[in-house]
Amino acid sequence: MIELEGLTKHYGEKLAVNNLTFTVRPGIVTGFLGPNGAGKSTTMRMMLGLDNPSAGDVRIDGKHYAQLKDPLRYIGALLDAKAMHGGRSAYNHLLCLAQSNGIPRTRVVEVLDTVGLTPVARKKAKGFSLGMGQRLGIAGALLGDPRILMFDEPVNGLDPEGIHWIRNLMKSLAGQGRTVFVSSHLMSEMALTADHLVVIGQGHLLADTSMSDFIQQNSRSYVRLRSPQQERLLDVLHEAGITVVEAGNGTLEVDSGSPEQLGDLAAAHHLVLHELSPQQASLEEAFMQLTAESVEYHAHTDEPGVPPPVRLPPPPQQQGWGEGWDRTRNKGA
Amino acid sequence: MTTPPPQPAPQAYAQQSAPNWQGAPGTSYTSPIPVTRTHLGHALASEWTKIKSVRSTLWTLGIFLFLVLGGGLFVSAQTEDLNYQDLPFTFPAFIGLLLGQICLITLGVLVTSSEYGTGMIRTTFTASPQRYRVFAAKILVFFAVAFAVSAGSILLVGLLTSSMHSGPEAADLSWGGTVLKGGLYVSLLGVLGLAVGSMLRHSAGAITAMLGIVLLPSILPVFLMISRSTRTLGEKMQEYNAINALAKIFGADGGSTGGSQVWLLVGVTAAAVVGAFALLERRDV
Repeated sequence: MIELEGLTKHYGEKLAVNNLTFTVRPGIVTGFLGPNGAGKSTTMRMMLGLDNPSAGDVRIDGKHYAQLKDPLRYIGALLDAKAMHGGRSAYNHLLCLAQSNGIPRTRVVEVLDTVGLTPVARKKAKGFSLGMGQRLGIAGALLGDPRILMFDEPVNGLDPEGIHWIRNLMKSLAGQGRTVFVSSHLMSEMALTADHLVVIGQGHLLADTSMSDFIQQNSRSYVRLRSPQQERLLDVLHEAGITVVEAGNGTLEVDSGSPEQLGDLAAAHHLVLHELSPQQASLEEAFMQLTAESVEYHAHTDEPGVPPPVRLPPPPQQQGWGEGWDRTRNKGA
Repeated sequence: MTTPPPQPAPQAYAQQSAPNWQGAPGTSYTSPIPVTRTHLGHALASEWTKIKSVRSTLWTLGIFLFLVLGGGLFVSAQTEDLNYQDLPFTFPAFIGLLLGQICLITLGVLVTSSEYGTGMIRTTFTASPQRYRVFAAKILVFFAVAFAVSAGSILLVGLLTSSMHSGPEAADLSWGGTVLKGGLYVSLLGVLGLAVGSMLRHSAGAITAMLGIVLLPSILPVFLMISRSTRTLGEKMQEYNAINALAKIFGADGGSTGGSQVWLLVGVTAAAVVGAFALLERRDV
């Protein structure tokens, strides 16, 4: 279990982490979410005793990190994939870590096998791809068979197979009763792995909730309708007391009402439908909305009036540029 | 950016304190691996693995050996028995050491600064939050390696030279002290580099700083001697600079055996190590 209490970190004038209080529990995967620059890595560094907090406290099973005599047995951490000397072989990298905690040599061979790096164990880490480096970092985290695992952006740079592997790994580690704390800036990734969510933005705690609650409260489901007889359809829906939103581009969105009900309604009035599809607003969108005010580095989209770069052949659809810019916003969950 | 659909206010989450946990609290994992209380011995083993598993160790020590042994043999071959009437048999190692000390300084700096440069230091301090222990282990392991290599190579040069030049004209001065003092001096320079590397955390910066420490005191006196007010300072610098210190240790300066120069370096190195220790605990990694 990891307990944070009023954890705060200043860098000069800049407040990186502000008064964070939450608990990471064993037996579940806790997702630590926030946009880039939200203070996730700083918080994790403070948890590991690498950075000194300006105020507040972090305790690992009731102890400060520096008080741990055999820390690798308590916490395994993947901070960043390249936190290793590139000139050292994978085996030697793990060996020096193992020796510093009195972990037997055989364990090094075991974890190399677990992460699938046995064939390149004697190769220098410098030549490793990002994914291999990530795997080596994970091997280091697993070395002490710790009861707490901390991963900072573990899926970065991994291929789909690797992502699948790490998801299952995290779930199985949590299933064994370990505490798993994983940071990410991808909500969709967290939705697949985490049981509990801690969301921060600009160093502030924005949410500390279970994943199912978060999904329930944030995933807006609705039905999308398209019809060549839109005016009549609108009338019919109004008569039935169904609120409808015109989403532009000839589509209607209905928040309340099942596709069956709406289809029957249209059929009863002899209306032609070109689309009748249940939709779910993505969690990604919910996350973006939650952190919208605390995103530090905004990308600015070009003004809609600015002509697009010359495109040949011209787009088949005859529509003004930027008109359908939000067409895809509700695609998929 | 997208137009946000109607949503409950985000502040709602921060206030509620997650009532239903999905996991069963209290079912903590226990590992089958036996628990060990770590001590300095573990840190030493770890640092020994580290120093021997990087190429830079091989390169710096290889060049050092080439310079000291190669230079020693060369000088030894050029000298005659008569030269050793007032010089110890280890004197030929002196020329190689003048250049070779830079290799040991570089290795010393790299032992710490390369960890900062690569980010390895975060992994290291996560594995051993007792930073002073890691640093002490680094110093001990580096010093042992540097001293074994430097004293060993000086000894070898001494043995070779004595076998080549122990004719009746040579005075057969005792040279055991020069092996220890010479090895100690260059190894301490390396430890100083290690401490400076730990404080500056930057390989190139720390190596440059060390070259300044070694070379400037042998260049500056020329200018300091010009003015009367700085003359004493210039004289002291000339007497105690690294190059002159080695010359004294190897009897190239008559009379003096460089004892006070070694002590000065011991003092400077100890101060740098204390400084590095003090900064180590306070700074973020």
